[in-house]
Amino acid sequence: MKQILSKITFWKATAGLIFTAGLYATYVRFVDGLGASTNLSDDFPWGLWVGFDVITGVGLAAGGFTLAAMVHVFNLKRFEPVVRPAILTAFLGYTLVILGLMYDLGRPLQIWHAIIMWNPRSVMFEVAWCVMLYTTVLALEFSPVVLEKFKLTKTIKFIKRITIPLVIVGVLLSTLHQSSLGSVYLIAPDKLYGLWYSPYLPFFFYISAIAVGCAMVIVESFLSARAFHRGLEMDILADIARVGVVMLGVYLSFKTVDLIERKALGLLFLPRYETYLYWLEMVVGVFGPMILLAQRKFRENHNGLFAGALMIVVGFIINRMNTSITGFEGWAGKGYFPSWMELAVTLSIVVFGFVAFALAVKYLPIFTHAEHEELSPPADEWAKDLQTVSQLR
Amino acid sequence: MIAKKAMLIDITLCVGCNACQVACKEENGLSDKEEQILSPTAYTVLHEFNGTYVRRMCQHCVDPTCVSVCPVGAFTKTAAGPVLYDENKCIGCRYCMQACPFQVPRYEWDNNYPRVQKCKFCASRLEKGLQPACAEACPTGATKFGDRDDLIREAHERIKAEPEKYVNKVYGLEEVGGTSILYISSVPFEELGFKTNLSKIPLPALTWNALSKIPTVVAVGGVFLYGVWWITNRRTEVQQLEAKLREMDDRSNGHETSNS
Repeated sequence: MKQILSKITFWKATAGLIFTAGLYATYVRFVDGLGASTNLSDDFPWGLWVGFDVITGVGLAAGGFTLAAMVHVFNLKRFEPVVRPAILTAFLGYTLVILGLMYDLGRPLQIWHAIIMWNPRSVMFEVAWCVMLYTTVLALEFSPVVLEKFKLTKTIKFIKRITIPLVIVGVLLSTLHQSSLGSVYLIAPDKLYGLWYSPYLPFFFYISAIAVGCAMVIVESFLSARAFHRGLEMDILADIARVGVVMLGVYLSFKTVDLIERKALGLLFLPRYETYLYWLEMVVGVFGPMILLAQRKFRENHNGLFAGALMIVVGFIINRMNTSITGFEGWAGKGYFPSWMELAVTLSIVVFGFVAFALAVKYLPIFTHAEHEELSPPADEWAKDLQTVSQLR
Repeated sequence: MIAKKAMLIDITLCVGCNACQVACKEENGLSDKEEQILSPTAYTVLHEFNGTYVRRMCQHCVDPTCVSVCPVGAFTKTAAGPVLYDENKCIGCRYCMQACPFQVPRYEWDNNYPRVQKCKFCASRLEKGLQPACAEACPTGATKFGDRDDLIREAHERIKAEPEKYVNKVYGLEEVGGTSILYISSVPFEELGFKTNLSKIPLPALTWNALSKIPTVVAVGGVFLYGVWWITNRRTEVQQLEAKLREMDDRSNGHETSNS
């Protein structure tokens, strides 16, 4: 870490400042309570910590299941070099989501209650279980990286043996809770503004999570390439961008169908605060990157690819913030803007994520890929196969 | 079976004396200062609209949204009607507050281990066969306690008896599937701060619609993913095997290449 940070003292200073502010905010949050540290109120019970740290955070970590599915289930082995960073991002992401939850929950010491006190009718209950299980799956998916470091070959062999079931379970769990984060808002048809409330919310959340998962893989590859003077897998990343564009296309067409079905097209042109933020989200997160990344000359160009992917990420963040905050302001009859302490905690969590990612890349075999034939059967099985075949001949 | 209890609030009879809040605060041991907005220390309040007073409180829905959304089941709907909250289960996610269509649950924002607070429908008094403290305290009969079915009948009778006085609507009869607090009024409800466009179906149906698809997603998704893997993996295996065979053939034909 020393080496990374001492290179850029500006970033070091910024990080230090954010952590100091975050530490103070943490003190106020846990000693004086949510009222003293946040701008939350009875009219606005969910703010930045739910909207960004949890709802957005889980989405940004969707690259883990997307890439795992592409490589291990669809057998697109070309993408193998970026699986590990994607799994790492996901694992860190989910850990940070849980950390963020500890700030937001009013009674964090009772968080474990969801394990024994069941309410299967609650979307939140389902999300809680999926997040718990999927974080475990991610830990297992990521474990070979750590085990490799310590040369625990036997354990690695066992994990590799269960990789496929593990990945499939991970994809299913992700499908469930990524969409369920949208289902959370299905309960509020009268509160959430018409541009965001839709019976298709679970579907929108799922598709956009896949798109942003692809974009995040590209963005983090770029950032770590810059930080560690590493080469870039441009051809792979450009193809991942194409998957992202397709997802955005599916998303856009369903969004349009939804607005037509609900006869809500008029909302697009009302001179209202919500309208502007909706267009911002669509232009930055959907139209812009689709136009940019659909063209080969931009997609296969360093800056073009990075800009397009970054736009998807930013647009996604605006979408989740709109759904969780902007969309409720009209109903609540008042605005919400996070307090500086809410911002300090959120920024600290983000910076913590960056530092943890950098440390992991530095000390663990994340980008330097050891074995390519991870999943092919062991050599002796091949020999047996060959024997049978040659005997048959 | 226990008859579902309810309260009928006849807005035309309310004189705004606030006796309901005073009695409520005494019953629940809350600070006795007068409050106009629902808070952790005011489970019921009077809202004034041009001389007309409207009691605001938990509506004790027939199929309560809070009960359905709570991940740990901290809310329960009792057989008699009250919707109750258990702070020992609550994890503090505040989904109940986000979801409640009447915006009733209040939070102890100043407490560093906060609870959700709201009207308890005097559940412990009901068990003893008593009526809620507010209904008992009401001097004009604006708040009347009874069985829900009886009160619905009475509400309709009152409207029928004086159709020129009342608006022809019993609020709470079918809002979000029905509530235990029913209102009749001489002023249109939308002018009194009531949400009159709430859906007729209980809100939990909306999320259940998504949740009930989980088994299908898991079953179909699981089979689909395994199937895809089975096909794509087999293809790779065959390709690799064929490559090996070609190599073997090459060798036996004497065309040995350099990378042996």
